[in-house]
Amino acid sequence: MNVLGIHIAVELIQIVVAVVAFLAFIGVNVLVLVLMERKVAGRFQRRPGPYEVGPHGSLQTLADAVKMMAKELHTPRGADKVLFWAAPIVTFAPVVVSFMPIPFGPKYLTGWEVNLGVVLILAFASLGVFGICLAGWSSNNKWSLIGAARAVAQSVAYEIPLLLSVLAIAFQVGSLNLSEITAGQGSWPWQWNVAVQPLAFFIFVVSMLGETNRAPFDLPEAESELTAGFHTEYSGMGFGLFFMAEYAAMVVVCSVGTVLFLGGWKGPVFDGPWWFLAKVYGLLFVMMWFRWTFPRVRFDQLLNINWKWLTPLALLNLLAVAFLVKVV
Amino acid sequence: MRPEEAFRTLSGDFYTRSLQPGPTEDTLILNMGPQHPSTHGVLRIVLELDGEYIVRAEPVLGYIHRMHEKMGEVKTFAQYLPNMGRVDYLHALAWNWAYVGAVEKLCGIEVSERAEYIRVITAEMNRISSHFVWWGAYLLDLGAFTPIMYAFDDREWLLDLLQIVTGSRLTYCYFRFGGVSDDVTPEFIEGTFRWCERMRSRLPMYKALVTDNIILRKRCEEIGPIDLDMARRYGATGPVLRGSGVAYDVRRAEPYSVYDRFHFEIPVGKAGGDAMDRYLVRMAEMEQSLNIIEQALRRLPPGPVMHEKAPKRLKAPKGEAYFAVEGARGKIGVHLVSDGGKNPYRVKLRAPGFSNLSLFSELARGVLLADAVSILGSLDLVIPEIDR
Repeated sequence: MNVLGIHIAVELIQIVVAVVAFLAFIGVNVLVLVLMERKVAGRFQRRPGPYEVGPHGSLQTLADAVKMMAKELHTPRGADKVLFWAAPIVTFAPVVVSFMPIPFGPKYLTGWEVNLGVVLILAFASLGVFGICLAGWSSNNKWSLIGAARAVAQSVAYEIPLLLSVLAIAFQVGSLNLSEITAGQGSWPWQWNVAVQPLAFFIFVVSMLGETNRAPFDLPEAESELTAGFHTEYSGMGFGLFFMAEYAAMVVVCSVGTVLFLGGWKGPVFDGPWWFLAKVYGLLFVMMWFRWTFPRVRFDQLLNINWKWLTPLALLNLLAVAFLVKVV
Repeated sequence: MRPEEAFRTLSGDFYTRSLQPGPTEDTLILNMGPQHPSTHGVLRIVLELDGEYIVRAEPVLGYIHRMHEKMGEVKTFAQYLPNMGRVDYLHALAWNWAYVGAVEKLCGIEVSERAEYIRVITAEMNRISSHFVWWGAYLLDLGAFTPIMYAFDDREWLLDLLQIVTGSRLTYCYFRFGGVSDDVTPEFIEGTFRWCERMRSRLPMYKALVTDNIILRKRCEEIGPIDLDMARRYGATGPVLRGSGVAYDVRRAEPYSVYDRFHFEIPVGKAGGDAMDRYLVRMAEMEQSLNIIEQALRRLPPGPVMHEKAPKRLKAPKGEAYFAVEGARGKIGVHLVSDGGKNPYRVKLRAPGFSNLSLFSELARGVLLADAVSILGSLDLVIPEIDR
């Protein structure tokens, strides 16, 4: 009994330490990512981007964060107070947990070694939409409501091809443990899963854009249609949490993509977390590239892409993989 | 439907008053604007939505009504001129021209030939700058953030050039009764040639990068088709009409100034043109405007920019005059009635945007919210011109 108690205590401490570490990680990453997004956008648009605060505007997001925290938290008239302020937290919290099973590097750089890591991430990723739904409903704003309705339809739809493409890798490796999936891949790009399953990778990348509500699939917050979608009524850190959740979710999906398809922390020379971060940021750059290049798709087109193309394609891919795994 | 009807949704007596559902049970009344990112200014549209489908759409106007027509009655002919740059701030020179043209017609003032050419050059440049703003803003409506920066980059050059001759960058007041206020400089002529050259390489790039993008095509094709009958009923003009396959351009149909001396084509869309046709017409128009500018610059005659016989003090005879020009949004008309006094007796401004906006209600019926934004953008509205 005592041994079990100690074991649980150790596990709990480990989880707490990991959560705190991930919160710090998310904070730093969001600051860097927002700056990167704005700098990338600037380069794409023939302008320098933020330039005033700090050298080359490097402290701009920090200043923005301070501003956001100092702003008044305003609750709109007729809004459901409890749900309205619970929503940003409900959106943000699952994203933090999603970091737990990701192996950032060899040995200790995994928050929590779980055998069902992939399932855990997908489960918590689906929780995020719950918060968006609450935000849209409790805001007492019709634009928010439409945005939330869009978010629900979109997330539910895009989880399916995402799951199917992830399953294809799980079939191939024979494990849902992210560390084992990394271990199954070699150091060189042609030894990564993307070389074996390019179709699954393609489906994964498209559905990860849909899952994180990024352009060209940013319909829940389509600003030219819905003003700001589900977070229209949020101010200060309420909005800030949604914002952080969006960027953190981007990091999560890119991390999962890196682990599943791009060899995780393995690289041609000096395996380690730096390779992991480099690949994650590479994928993040691609997401930004899409955002600043493409127009937004329409909602029915978005669902058509998913149900008519991605899902059947992912199913076929999965069948083919299952067949090959069984035969070979 | 009138806007009051949209809000006649209260039921019960004073104590039991509550909101009534719309005509069908699942609809939702939604205010789009007057502060909405894609109504481009202070246009308000009352929408009745069934899910994301629009059941009814009714534009509500007048948020930026500035009594331009009334102002005409209390100012002298010359004092009213600066108002024209403010009616449609994107194609200010066309309004300049329409008013100046009407006054010249009323008083029988002749215009010097050099001034006519300068008017053509500057008005066409202004048309391109207006189309650039439309292009950037339309793509912004469709969710592409980058093109507007490219458009404004090119437009910046253009505004710099226009600033040399007109002295201002947006709300020009450059044309005078009988000519223009200042002559063009060699710097302007050379700069304009170089800018035209640059534009000829930029436009194909925009086509490759933006126009041929599959997402853009899917967002524009078969959206908001306007057939001939509909265009006629609402009095649509400009690219909205030409997008539906009617080659009606005031520059060609009722030639004014020296437009009959230039070679240019009138781009048209197909019958029943959709948002993509209107898009393509405007893009092609930019190219045609470049042709006109280059021809006019090459053939620019020497001489004064004000006609020698232009009166120093304007004395308008009793009578009326109507003058129409082709603006970036369509037919701009100014109708002046004079009783022989120093002020116009009545000024009527015909804004093309007003007629084009009238189409929206019918076009938006039954489409998705996102398509309504696309349709609204493809009509290219400037709200101050509509509200006047």
